[in-house]
Amino acid sequence: MTTKTIEKNSLIGRRIPKMDAPDKASGKTRYIGDLNVSGQLYGKILRSGRIHARIVRIDTSKAKALPGVHAVITAADVPDQRPIGVNKDHMPLKGDKVRSQRDEIAAVAADSEEIAEEALKLIEVEYEDLPTIFDPRDALKPGAPLINDFKKDNVAMVFDYSHGDVAQGEAESDVVIEDSFELHYVTHCCMGVSGVIAEFDASGNLLLYSNTQVPFLHKREFAELLNIDPGRIRIIQPPIGGGFGSKLDIYPFEPIAIFLARATKRPVKLMFTREEEFLASPTRQPVILTLRSGVRKDGSLTFRTVDTLHDNGAYTSWGATTPFVMMQTFSSLYRVEHCLYKTTAVYTNNPYAGSFRGYGNLQATFAIEQHMDKLAEAIGMDPLEFRLKNAQEAGEVTGQGMHFKTCGFKDCITTAAERSDYQAKRRAYKAAQGAPGSVKRGVGIASMLHVGGGAKIYPSDGCGTILKLDDFAHVTVMTGASEIGQGSETVLAQLVCEELGVPLGSVTVVNNDTDITPWDVGVHASRTTFIAGNSAIGAARKARDKILNAAAKVSNLAAGDLDLRDGFIVRASDGQVIMPLAKMLRSLHFSDKAELVMTTHYYEPPSVHQDKGFKGDVSAAYAWATQVVEVEVDTDTGIVTLLKVWAAHDVGRVLNRLGIEGQIEGGIVMGQGYAITETLMIENGVCKNPNFRDYKLVTAPEIPEMDITFIETMDGEGPQGAKGVGEAPAICMAAAVANAIENATGTRIYKLPFTPENVYRALHPALAEAAE
Amino acid sequence: MSLTREIAFTLNGSLRNVTVPVTMTALAMLRDVLRLTGTKYGCGEGECGACTIIVDGRSVNACLMFAVDCDGRTVTTIEGVAADEASEPLRQAMVDNGAVQCGFCTPGMVMQSTWLLEQNPHASRDEIKRGLEGNLCRCTGYKKLIDAVAAVSGTNQ
Ligand code: FES
Ligand code: FES
Repeated sequence: MTTKTIEKNSLIGRRIPKMDAPDKASGKTRYIGDLNVSGQLYGKILRSGRIHARIVRIDTSKAKALPGVHAVITAADVPDQRPIGVNKDHMPLKGDKVRSQRDEIAAVAADSEEIAEEALKLIEVEYEDLPTIFDPRDALKPGAPLINDFKKDNVAMVFDYSHGDVAQGEAESDVVIEDSFELHYVTHCCMGVSGVIAEFDASGNLLLYSNTQVPFLHKREFAELLNIDPGRIRIIQPPIGGGFGSKLDIYPFEPIAIFLARATKRPVKLMFTREEEFLASPTRQPVILTLRSGVRKDGSLTFRTVDTLHDNGAYTSWGATTPFVMMQTFSSLYRVEHCLYKTTAVYTNNPYAGSFRGYGNLQATFAIEQHMDKLAEAIGMDPLEFRLKNAQEAGEVTGQGMHFKTCGFKDCITTAAERSDYQAKRRAYKAAQGAPGSVKRGVGIASMLHVGGGAKIYPSDGCGTILKLDDFAHVTVMTGASEIGQGSETVLAQLVCEELGVPLGSVTVVNNDTDITPWDVGVHASRTTFIAGNSAIGAARKARDKILNAAAKVSNLAAGDLDLRDGFIVRASDGQVIMPLAKMLRSLHFSDKAELVMTTHYYEPPSVHQDKGFKGDVSAAYAWATQVVEVEVDTDTGIVTLLKVWAAHDVGRVLNRLGIEGQIEGGIVMGQGYAITETLMIENGVCKNPNFRDYKLVTAPEIPEMDITFIETMDGEGPQGAKGVGEAPAICMAAAVANAIENATGTRIYKLPFTPENVYRALHPALAEAAE
Repeated sequence: MSLTREIAFTLNGSLRNVTVPVTMTALAMLRDVLRLTGTKYGCGEGECGACTIIVDGRSVNACLMFAVDCDGRTVTTIEGVAADEASEPLRQAMVDNGAVQCGFCTPGMVMQSTWLLEQNPHASRDEIKRGLEGNLCRCTGYKKLIDAVAAVSGTNQ
């Protein structure tokens, strides 16, 4: 008798194509804009024509009279509306006054988008202008106009953090430097515009087709907002056309669509135009930052003092809370004994910022990594050696209480530097600064620290999984984790395959319906692979145990001597087939035992909430990266060309090589856009470039060559050793490019972005001034 | 409401008669009238390429074309390409090379690449980059999109 044997075949670390890619490449995937519900009406929003003004009168009678219009609502029609946002300072429909260009004052539901747009034009609004604030520094001046009456000082939020004693640190310093940095507005530019479909059933239950990244948090928030039982809200997430943090908060268009559905008793679909997407989605947090750093002659850091002013815009979303992340970079990227951090976020009449991939860390890293170069220069030390001397290592607990159980930071630095030949190039380019010719080259280095094992910000940072096997050994994984294009469904399937020994094609991941999937805190903080991954592994292991215990009884082998491979139960020692998995499942199901294999698992990471002083080990793991960039600067035109990026990332372990490369490459190019091409131009509260012609995203011909190395530190808590990596690749770029421009030209630029105009001005201050 | 016209054209190999408002874009006709939602709205201004279709052998932004101008022409959308076995290698290359993340840009990328490879079957990497210049992607950083098209063109430069 020939016995079949099967070798162990792991998918971990392989190049696994994204499971939903074939449909997406065929145009079969239906995003929110592609969904239509029978009987639906089309919603449209009237936005403020003013920046800061009292609303004297709104007349909707003409709009209401337009044939095909089913409802026109203003704040007066929704007396029960409640404020949204992190500070609960934002009414979906503004009744008293408008505070920014994007403000919603009325909405229409009509038979078609065209009719709804026509109706908006018929709404008459009378305003009385109020004094404005556009520069956040003005918000704090005595006598400044008040943006939100309940905040008499215009301060939306304050963060104070410290460890050690910076005065002592300063006294111990041989060199102290201080600089100010200015970080600009950019926005997510998800290729799929925002939209929602809201529908009430006959019993008053609400069904939302929503692009949210945090369905379970939003279920609760919508319930509060509408004053209904959360149990009556179901959120279905169609495939999402890009997230990057933008879908982490509730925005006015969502409650407005719900109000329209309530008023008309019809489903209402509300989609943004691209212009609206630019005007009314959140931005990355703009920051004015002052950094003071000290160092001893031996190259050890002594202290850092950070003061940031956040332009909060007119309302408060997650942008105001980016200090949570920013302070970690200052306190803990490098060892520093004394650190003092302060943020003041102030109300202005500008757009408001939300969360955006990297969550403040791009801004913090921009400042800190320029200072690392400057400090090294000041004490005459090589910038690479200086960084290595102060870099964190595994086992350290920082002043902020972060415990680095694994830490590939030094490996990241040396790998990126060696692969790019950073030191030799840096010296050569520095020497060539004064040489003839307008085109200069430079290299720059920057590193980052980011949470890589979730972030315990909410009461729970957990994720649930329900897993079932059917009679044919097909596995369905119901996970709370949302998919926004990052590839979570494929990674979760891989992790389950690893435990259950089934081929990838035998796994379906369900991740888009709050009535089906168990709770998860949402896609943010690069947490999904780590948290949802561990949750899926937990559920799969329980199923595996159940199956192997049953198989042990029929095979006369101990469960520990059995394994699952390629859809079969096998003897672990030699892979000899015992029986097909499906047969085992059927025999459990259709025997006296009458058992189905269905398991659940809830994973809560072993991290802690920070105390009131923001101290505590907030993540179960931390991710590290170093990126070296090489640029060409044309000093005659100010054009900066990004030639090549060498990226070394401590990712714990590579789970899906194709997926993780895609995350790193996409992040690098997003960071390139932040550094060089993108700027949302806000002048006196008005967005001047709400379109892709004037808002410059990086295009295919402009991408740099990319050399990516993964440092595998095999994190003990990570799923198969992995850490989260989604945000990391975007974080270092702006800082590295700044350092490279300095290396090329001898000029350090403290203000983003490095557009030709800004770079030219910095290189030729006298000429730029004369031209004005 | 507005003035309408009846037009006839070949859509993905079949003859279609449609009555459309004269102000309607080809994109709105495809998506809202014919319910072919594979062609995406990304900007409506010819700046993102999400709406790329092929009209009489040329790649076109459907958002910039009036629906009535389809009259008498041959139009191919992603649905047509997806049903065409000849395009299988390109779509498979997109999948295998990891060129798809959120996927919103992907139909437009497939259409533009299809056209590009028709014009220049052995396109080099630089030619591919230039060919995709009008198609924005916020997720991938383009490299894997270029890899995918290069895999089909067989270029190694
Ligand atoms: S939707 Fe046509 S180019 Fe953007
Ligand atoms: S894959 Fe998301 S925009 Fe290209």
